[in-house]
Amino acid sequence: MAELNSKIPKGPLTSKWTYYKDHQNLVNPSNKRKLDVVIVGTGLAGAAAAASLGEMGFNVKIFCYQDSPRRAHSIAAQGGINAAKNYPNDGDSVYRLFYDTIKGGDYRAREANVYRLAEVSNSIIDQCVAQGVPFAREYGGSLENRSFGGAQVSRTFFARGQTGQQLLLGSYSALSRQVKLGTVKLFERHEMMDVVLVDGKARGIIARDMITGKLERHFGHAVVLATGGYGNVFYLSTNAMGSNGSAIWQIFKKGAFFANPCFTQIHPTCIPVHGDYQSKLTLMSESLRNDGRIWVPKRKEDAEAHRQGKLKANDIAEENRDYFLERRYPAFGNLVPRDVASRAAKERCDAGFGVGSTGLAVFLDFRESIGRLGKNVIEERYGNLFQMYEKIVDENPYINPMMIYPAVHYTMGGTWVDYELQTTVTGLFAAGEANFSDHGANRLGASALMQGLADGYFVLPYSIQNYLSGEIRIPRMSTDKAEFAEAEKAVQTRLEKLMSIKGTKSVDIFHKELGKIMWEYVGMARNEAGLKKAIELIRALRVEFWKDVKIPGSLYEVNTELEKASRVADFLELGELMAYDALNRNESCGGHFREEYQTEEGECKRNDEDYKYVAAWEYKGDGEFAMHKEPLVYEEIEVKQRVYK
Amino acid sequence: MKLTLKIWRQKDAKSTGKFVIYSLDGISPNCSFLEMLDILNEDLIRKNDDPVVFDHDCREGICGMCSLYINGRPHGPDDAVTVCQLHMRKFKDGDTIVIEPWRAKPFPVIKDLMVDRTAFDKIIQEGGYVSVNTGGAAEANNILVGKENSELAMDAAACIGCGACVAACKNASAMLFVSAKVSQFALLPQGQIEAKQRVKKMVKMMDELGFGNCTNTYACEVECPKQISRSNIARMNREFMCAKMV
Repeated sequence: MAELNSKIPKGPLTSKWTYYKDHQNLVNPSNKRKLDVVIVGTGLAGAAAAASLGEMGFNVKIFCYQDSPRRAHSIAAQGGINAAKNYPNDGDSVYRLFYDTIKGGDYRAREANVYRLAEVSNSIIDQCVAQGVPFAREYGGSLENRSFGGAQVSRTFFARGQTGQQLLLGSYSALSRQVKLGTVKLFERHEMMDVVLVDGKARGIIARDMITGKLERHFGHAVVLATGGYGNVFYLSTNAMGSNGSAIWQIFKKGAFFANPCFTQIHPTCIPVHGDYQSKLTLMSESLRNDGRIWVPKRKEDAEAHRQGKLKANDIAEENRDYFLERRYPAFGNLVPRDVASRAAKERCDAGFGVGSTGLAVFLDFRESIGRLGKNVIEERYGNLFQMYEKIVDENPYINPMMIYPAVHYTMGGTWVDYELQTTVTGLFAAGEANFSDHGANRLGASALMQGLADGYFVLPYSIQNYLSGEIRIPRMSTDKAEFAEAEKAVQTRLEKLMSIKGTKSVDIFHKELGKIMWEYVGMARNEAGLKKAIELIRALRVEFWKDVKIPGSLYEVNTELEKASRVADFLELGELMAYDALNRNESCGGHFREEYQTEEGECKRNDEDYKYVAAWEYKGDGEFAMHKEPLVYEEIEVKQRVYK
Repeated sequence: MKLTLKIWRQKDAKSTGKFVIYSLDGISPNCSFLEMLDILNEDLIRKNDDPVVFDHDCREGICGMCSLYINGRPHGPDDAVTVCQLHMRKFKDGDTIVIEPWRAKPFPVIKDLMVDRTAFDKIIQEGGYVSVNTGGAAEANNILVGKENSELAMDAAACIGCGACVAACKNASAMLFVSAKVSQFALLPQGQIEAKQRVKKMVKMMDELGFGNCTNTYACEVECPKQISRSNIARMNREFMCAKMV
């Protein structure tokens, strides 16, 4: 079995990153100009990396499938970004942020990476403030904080309910500045179709111009993927419609290992599903759990009456309400981590206490906090979220409690990377949600923004420079090279094959079917029989897809159905790997809950003896995968059962 | 609900477009507008017709990608929402709905309802930023910002760059968009050093790209899904005049 080298620097945990920075190799300014970096994705990680590498003097080419880099889905993050500033003087520190993140991830993340993340978190806030990001302020003019799930301190910085938007616009503006200066070249409405390897190293990509349909070849001395997560494998998720796993799936097929694919985050506070035609699920920020209380009726008959529309939430007396998170987890209450809150909601609904027309919803109630703080304060804190809820559901959440249910939100798994964020393919890097490195089996709220920007602003600029220092003798390659031609040919053949099927069912029909399989068997609760069944069903669906999918139009024009088909074809393979990984992991941890492995109280039963490792999968051909283990060694932290009681 | 849809179809940037009429039945009032179009497209694919192309992505009102001109209004008849947040309950059974792309010279049509808004990126590239490199930023709380200005800056920064303001304006003016970015930085201490250059460059680029002038009808403010205030335009004019005087 191949040994995975995570390249963790030597020395004590607290000085590893400093040691790395002190000893990395540098590239002198005149050589930087001669080195090209291809970056795919313009979210927080991609835009921040492109701007920073451009500032340093490298030549950057950046690609996004949207019409502008400002649309990347980082923009939709609502609640906030964590940092260990300890401004509220509530006992926070770099160590505590590190500790909470490891614990929150249920001891399945790599210590050194997480410590570095906590260490650079404060620089992120400094950087964003310098850029003019309008974070919330106290009356004295200093920065304001709020608390988030999985922490007992207030370390979350925010810009109303639009923190992701403001941080993304910050990195987009830094990127735009470099575009103007000519260090970064921007390719909008371009989708990466494959990576190009020359002598075993990543040397560029094949991209499709989504307007003309033409395939293009782009060279880079190094390639970075910052293409986000693969939550859309479930069809319904909080991801954007275009979010996809194709880039990381293509590199998987070229030798980049895929780590912990089964670690999926189900977010507890989303607007419930309402009909077959539904195309996406909308998240209600976790920050709402600061002031909202989650409950279901204590009596089954009340829940039943609410489902039938005979009883209103406000008519259920206080003593007949079950604030189940506060009851089960008194220490953290409504602010338990996402996986815990989601499972608790599912448990109540499965037991027959769910509300709303489908019975798949619980209440998120602001009555108490409106009474205590006044409507104005709640409006100031969450106004845009309340407005969003009212527009979608057509009910006023200031009067009636919100109804929420868990939904797929984030994928902790992703491309395996070492300490330098380099994949198992030399010269190929993965950043942000696309990699697996920092969140273990569960991500804490307000940590995705932190990780995206940490990777983009403060890690990649160092590690890529270190890599490129060994490439200064490699001149820019012509894209006429055979390797580029072959990669393009393979993409062309695949797209032509898709177009030639001319079947009877649209792409969406297959995608919805896949989503149902994934949610049913590879969703919030999994078991051996179900996972085996999922693998069979996905395989059969994949065969049917390649026989019967119907794609109108042609290759050389705007063809949104073809774009979707190419992505869904990849999801139909990725879903299978997720099921394999879930089947392999005979334990429950974080977002991965195997029904066979639970405590008597229904909590996760982790198995550190046998599964304290990262499962890194290697592609061996259609539906065949080999697993490599990266053991997780905890030197600083004592591995314990994760308790929020 | 039963609906008649009158949709602008245009094969590509060079072709001439035309309205095509479609009818649709059995639409739930809880369906979002874009989900209604998904249903139409599903229908068209079944009938071997070409699906209608439109821009969309996050479907939660924040990415700014969706851009439909519905019954003569950008983002349709509801206030303070993008098309993806517009729901069919805002229409009546039997309605005829006219759907067009953004109509503005600097936003040429790519196909059907999809337009090219890279002009907005070009304006931002001229100066919609604080010129600060990564690393070496000072401790965040060294820069204090009064709550009032910080809130106003956030109001302006909430712009999603969808282009509804341009589509709503009879002059296809981008003043609301540009002024929102100029205002965000004009209100913050971080933006002061480059303030004069910023406003001059951004306005110059806006003019060069063919956006029209503001004639104070404020249709932009009415149609803005993020309720960006027209007072930003006043602030930008003031900034611009001060910058020109020096």
